[in-house]
Amino acid sequence: MPYRLLKFALSRRHPEPRMFRVPAALKPAYDVVIIGAGGHGLAAAYYLARDHGIRNVAVLEKGYLGGGNTGRNTTIIRSNYLTPEGVRFYDESLRLWRDLATDFDLNLFYSQRGHFTLAHTDAAMRTMRWRAEVNKHLGVKSEAVDAAFVKRAIPMIDMECGGHAPILGALYHEPGAIARHDAVAWGYGRGADRRGVEIHQQTEVTGIEVTGGRVVGVRTSRGRIATPKVLCAVAGYTPRILDMVGLRSPIYVHALQAMVSEAIKPWLDPIIVSGSLHVYLSQTARGELVMGASLDPYEVQNTRSTLDFAEGLAAHMLDLFPFLGDVKVVRQWAGLADMTPDFAPIMGTTPLEGFYLDSGWGTWGFKATPVCGKTMSHTVATGANHPLIRAFEFDRFERFELTGEKGAASVGH
Amino acid sequence: MKLMNCPLNGPRPVLEFAFGGELRAMPDPDRASDAQWADYVWNRNGAPGVKREWWCHVPSGFWFIAERDTLRDVVIATYPCEAVLR
Ligand SMILES: Cc1cc2nc3c(=O)[nH]c(=O)nc-3n(C[C@H](O)[C@H](O)[C@H](O)COP(=O)(O)OP(=O)(O)OC[C@H]3O[C@@H](n4cnc5c(N)ncnc54)[C@H](O)[C@@H]3O)c2cc1C
Repeated sequence: MPYRLLKFALSRRHPEPRMFRVPAALKPAYDVVIIGAGGHGLAAAYYLARDHGIRNVAVLEKGYLGGGNTGRNTTIIRSNYLTPEGVRFYDESLRLWRDLATDFDLNLFYSQRGHFTLAHTDAAMRTMRWRAEVNKHLGVKSEAVDAAFVKRAIPMIDMECGGHAPILGALYHEPGAIARHDAVAWGYGRGADRRGVEIHQQTEVTGIEVTGGRVVGVRTSRGRIATPKVLCAVAGYTPRILDMVGLRSPIYVHALQAMVSEAIKPWLDPIIVSGSLHVYLSQTARGELVMGASLDPYEVQNTRSTLDFAEGLAAHMLDLFPFLGDVKVVRQWAGLADMTPDFAPIMGTTPLEGFYLDSGWGTWGFKATPVCGKTMSHTVATGANHPLIRAFEFDRFERFELTGEKGAASVGH
Repeated sequence: MKLMNCPLNGPRPVLEFAFGGELRAMPDPDRASDAQWADYVWNRNGAPGVKREWWCHVPSGFWFIAERDTLRDVVIATYPCEAVLR
């Protein structure tokens, strides 16, 4: 038994340790205001304080810390994207993930599982080979594997998928992992808090004050704050914040749902994705199956769940794993995905001086949490976009310079 | 199951319909500046609200307009597109 635990047990006082302070009032001014206490906003605050010495920072959250998409996602972490810009960016994130638990002194339950993207058609197999070659060229472990390899790794799978979508092979990505999403938000939050950052929950940003083409302050449900720099990291709420400053963007919002089963005996080690069947799936350390599918088919800006989704996903799950027929679904939920036309994020400086964006994270931004914090803190501190995010700039659409990430990001997580 | 009222076929399960995006006015391609054209091609009204949208009843291939509150996901009215295309 660790000494610390023994001492705690024998002591008379058992204080409840808090992850972070609850600051009483807002200060009249901060060097930087971050909107959104999701993983992205908190990570940016953490690296601003740790790496750039900028500590007079407020993170404002309208609900509770980690209650947005950070606490709603299916936690798949991988870097087997299709474009060199994407692969480099996500691979840097993967490197950061590996040291994060030590950095935080907090168990993130980071669990490397291996990640299969199943191919049911020749065309899909061709894309897998293409992705594998791009990945290998950039030093990322990926390979196109045949049906026998898939069957060996996942013995319970029905390789015929009920006869209508036989599995021909897959893209196998050994570093694919899952992690505990809440702990990521808490770890970044505590690390930022200890370095002087203030986290204000239940504090909604209602307006942004602009004078002479630059940011001078924000209005909140608890009063006004002066600040020269605002970082907007609000995922599905991005268009509402952009409306406050009169910027137009291609971001559109659809709900993305997910569900989880009761805990069953461990039988599935790797993470499985099938683009054709619109399914992705992993089994947690506790034994629950965490399952997701594609976006809701039309624009929705609220987090309701639908029976259509549960039915559709269950049907495809049974194509892959008929033996799950009696397993119960225990929870279903949704988050708001901020989608972009090229399935890549929109990050960095904007035409408005002092206003920085970390957005367009749609259905794929959890894995990017650490690298977004790193690159956005650099961008906010220096006023210039970090080299890793140049392909994701706000004005790329106006220049018709989109990225080509669509093939790898749409349902692959 | 959620129902939607098709102006041609009456109330049908929402699964029979395909979403076609918000109704938007196209600028004149010969007169629009590059910036105006790029704005039309890419930018969207992403904030919630009551929007006029294109929908298609897939089995009958019938396109029409729906007014929908995207925050509450409630359809307020549906009507044929002639009313808005003039
Ligand atoms: C069901 C689902 C499954 C997913 N699966 C994966 C996956 O497997 N792998 C992956 O990499 N990604 C996945 N994602 C995407 C990922 O969850 C997100 O891209 C990522 O978590 C975004 O983090 P964030 O910190 O930017 O946003 P969030 O965590 O959403 O945080 C934004 C915060 O801003 C707050 N906010 C909004 N407006 C205001 C305001 N006006 N004032 C103050 N605060 C405000 C919100 O309350 C919220 O807490 C999934 C998403 C969903 C919904």
